[in-house]
Amino acid sequence: MAFTALVSVMPKPGVADPQGQTIEGALPVLGYTGVHDVRVGKRIELQLEAANESEARQRVVEMCDKLLANPVIESYEVTIR
Amino acid sequence: MTSAGIVVFPGSNCEQDCRRALSGLGASTAMVWHTESALPDVDVVILPGGFAHGDYLRAGAIARFSPVMDAVRKHAESGGLVLGICNGFQILCEAGMLPGALRKNAGLKFLCEWTDVRVENADTPFTCRTQTGDVLRIPINHFDGNWYCEPETFQRLHDNGQIVLRYADNPNGSLGSVAGLCNPAGNVLGLMPHPERACESVLGSEDGRVILRAMLDHAQRFAA
Repeated sequence: MAFTALVSVMPKPGVADPQGQTIEGALPVLGYTGVHDVRVGKRIELQLEAANESEARQRVVEMCDKLLANPVIESYEVTIR
Repeated sequence: MTSAGIVVFPGSNCEQDCRRALSGLGASTAMVWHTESALPDVDVVILPGGFAHGDYLRAGAIARFSPVMDAVRKHAESGGLVLGICNGFQILCEAGMLPGALRKNAGLKFLCEWTDVRVENADTPFTCRTQTGDVLRIPINHFDGNWYCEPETFQRLHDNGQIVLRYADNPNGSLGSVAGLCNPAGNVLGLMPHPERACESVLGSEDGRVILRAMLDHAQRFAA
């Protein structure tokens, strides 16, 4: 079966996120006050073939552990559909 | 004569600088393409700077799967010296051969400038020609040099003497101002500054020679 996987990769809590900080600093300049905790991550979409949804998820989680995310600084969430 | 293998990935761009610096110190050099599954008979392995595989996804993330990296790992496991400079440091972290990870510089700017780095541990094969506290003038040239690890890991590295070099004036936001660190055995060193670019007075500093010469001398003793 064909599945679409959506992988969201985010900096772990406590890991400084200079991109998020820069955006947070820019928003008030445009009048958007009261914004805080801006974090910037990545969204990776991929198509894959698998016997079922659970197998698809398992394979994508493996991909995340090996390549798509760096566990030292990033966490990830996988959505299969 | 001490021999150095310089690993070249698609996107490496400091391999000729490394070759020139090491040749100037009397070493023989061999370029090793990243698809090789074995290293030539060399005493030390250099992972040079650049943008291996375009630094896509994360710096070093793809390079760690290059076939040559198994051979580099075996070289290190058998006690051979491995020096990762800049992108080479990023690759060693992604490969798990050194702890932590390198993130975008805190100021979100590519930094190309001279830095003063302080020797924190002079008892490694790479720093044995220095004294702890010596300050070396070596340039940096990177976007992702902001090294990070978890606090308990940092404490362990500190206690083990694995933090080898620190910036005097932390330019990129690295945790603990770390500029270079080694593995527990001390035979694998990664550093963001480029010692190969500070090997001739006409370039502004010869301090990089202290690191490269120490590495070559140590390798010669190891081989003897």
